[in-house]
Amino acid sequence: MPSYHLDHLNYLETEAIHIMREVAAEFERPALLFSGGKDSICLLRLAEKAFRPSDIPMPFLNVATGHEFPELLEFRDRRAGELNAKLIIRTVDEALEKGIAVQAPGQISRNQLQIPVLLAAIEEFRFDCCIGGARRDEEKARAKERFFSFRDSFGQWDPKIQRPEIWNLYNGRLNPGENMRVFPLSNWTEMDVWEYIRREKLEVPSIYFSHKRRCVRRQGQWVPDTDLIPAKANEEVREMIVRVRTIGDIISTGCVESPANSYDDIIEEIAVARVTERGSRADDRVSEAAMEDRKKAGYF
Amino acid sequence: MTTATTPHLVDLLRFNTCGSVDDGKSTLIGRLLYDSKSLMEDQIEALERSADITGGGQINLANLTDGLRAEREQGITIDVAYRYFATPHRKFIIADTPGHVQYTRNMVTGASTANLSIILIDARLGVIEQSRRHSCIASLLRIPHLVVAINKMDLVDWSEERFLEIKDQFDEFLPRLDIKDVKFIPVSALKGDNIVFPSPQTPWYPGPTLLGHLETVHIASDSNLSNFRFPVQWVNRPNNPTDHSLHDFRGLSGQIAGGVVRIGQKVMVLPSGFKSTIKQIWTLDGPLQEAFSPQSVTLVLEHDLDVSRGDMIVDAEDLPGASSDLHAKICWMNPRPLVAGKQYLLKHTNQTVKSVITSIEHKINITTLDKEDGITELAMNDLGEIRIKTAKPLIYDGYATNRLTGSFILIEPGTNSTVAAGMLMQPIDVAHPEYRDFAI
Repeated sequence: MPSYHLDHLNYLETEAIHIMREVAAEFERPALLFSGGKDSICLLRLAEKAFRPSDIPMPFLNVATGHEFPELLEFRDRRAGELNAKLIIRTVDEALEKGIAVQAPGQISRNQLQIPVLLAAIEEFRFDCCIGGARRDEEKARAKERFFSFRDSFGQWDPKIQRPEIWNLYNGRLNPGENMRVFPLSNWTEMDVWEYIRREKLEVPSIYFSHKRRCVRRQGQWVPDTDLIPAKANEEVREMIVRVRTIGDIISTGCVESPANSYDDIIEEIAVARVTERGSRADDRVSEAAMEDRKKAGYF
Repeated sequence: MTTATTPHLVDLLRFNTCGSVDDGKSTLIGRLLYDSKSLMEDQIEALERSADITGGGQINLANLTDGLRAEREQGITIDVAYRYFATPHRKFIIADTPGHVQYTRNMVTGASTANLSIILIDARLGVIEQSRRHSCIASLLRIPHLVVAINKMDLVDWSEERFLEIKDQFDEFLPRLDIKDVKFIPVSALKGDNIVFPSPQTPWYPGPTLLGHLETVHIASDSNLSNFRFPVQWVNRPNNPTDHSLHDFRGLSGQIAGGVVRIGQKVMVLPSGFKSTIKQIWTLDGPLQEAFSPQSVTLVLEHDLDVSRGDMIVDAEDLPGASSDLHAKICWMNPRPLVAGKQYLLKHTNQTVKSVITSIEHKINITTLDKEDGITELAMNDLGEIRIKTAKPLIYDGYATNRLTGSFILIEPGTNSTVAAGMLMQPIDVAHPEYRDFAI
């Protein structure tokens, strides 16, 4: 007697495939946000599962801050090539040059600056929908966001007027200029992502695994020592065996000391971890409502 | 003994929690997460930080779920929030919905995907109007399993008598509901009794803890596995197939909404009525011999038929209903009331059609499930029975038979707001497709 019951990864997978196909069917000009990070790596596999043997019917879009880990960019370009997908890259540097984005005095993190770049890219290509890899377990504001997250013509999210999502019926209707952000991994946790990567044997950028790196101690965490912000004389610098748990800008991504060298090691490490993934992202620590504010302004 | 690194298969239980602001619902979820060690240090730290500001130094487990700043300021929960945790036995998704009367729509949203619903009752108050209301919604949405958590048992001296009294109150009301599996558990969310750990205070209660029950309740037969239904979502016809031998490939992609499909099975495409046979069940991981709801697959038929998004492939011997005159229960979710005669877009499975509300038959009293006649409009958070006419026939099942082929949403043209959740009554007649006798 076969079992007609899905295990949790298969359940999450079929839900995400369903959502990807809804996007392909209901939107005219969708894009898939691909950074090269672990969540968007899962998105690519789900897109293959949803659309093969056809081409993935949407280009990949990456909003690059210019402060990425080089390993991430190499991986991003190679993976898009392997999948025979069109990769569109728009950068914060370009936007600063054109005046689309303006740096606040003293602002070093480029996280905020991705917002105008993303909105400009949406306008340039007239994208009506962007698929992103955000998960609800990452953060409190995300926990309240829908699979189909409606944005007004300024790209803004309003938590109070979200469309109810009932059963598996998603309302993707838009008026001109409006935009939808769709998050197929909404119900996935960090553990689910790694279990899926292991099950599907997906390649990830090498920095997720243990490696040797010069790090500098800043705001209670170890971040890579780079030329972007050279270590000051009073800052502690150390060569360490580390890996990254979540990839943001190279200047603000916390490195955790870890010998984890394989998917199994990483999964074991997460299972006993006592800090959430976003605990290693300085950009979320600014205030307890940091993500809520960024999303309202049009962030991913 | 499995360790974290051994891939072991666990399934996923989705549940929602219902209770009013003061029933301790947020505390209950906080307790489940805290005691099952699903909280991380930085979350606990954030809790402690906010405790200093608002809680007079005491950790407030409710702060874990009252997420947005707007909500914390007002001390309410404004929307459905989803929470995730896991034990070695199961993964869980909690849809946390606020309990106040004006938020029926959020509860319907949270309940629509749930296997199980937890109704929280304050042991001092017993079954109140709100408990009935929540149970009625759970019943209307046909959530298979219900847990009645009788909370704040510490405030009634852990009295078995009080527990049984509340159980009796609930049992009296139960025959009106369509819920087969109901479990009563005495708990104290604040103190942690019978949530994750059995309580020494309730020697008279022989049952499982709340978490113990969530880990073991049987959900494998919750989805419809008897009537094969496949709403076509996307036609998969490659221009440059990844595999060149597939240049003639014509697949029909979608998520199986009911039943099981096998190679060689005789099927019918509706509404056209063309018959064919399943030639292949295609997936990226290789072909399958059979597939079941809710798997997402790509079907290849023996014949090259004209099939498009919105069509439904069904077992040729087991046809659903088809009609453009529909009878349904709905939950109205918009501040502008529903008025008979108005046009809306109706999304059902994978198609969106024009529709008009032909009449409002009754309003459903949400506390008793009694029908109220002579109604001219349904306001936000009202439940009612309506008749709708659609511009083309829907291929559907009754909601009682299939939650996916028996449900729809209404969308207001212009604003594009989702204004209602609808549940179709059993079809009076099965589909009579034009080409019913057309044999290939």
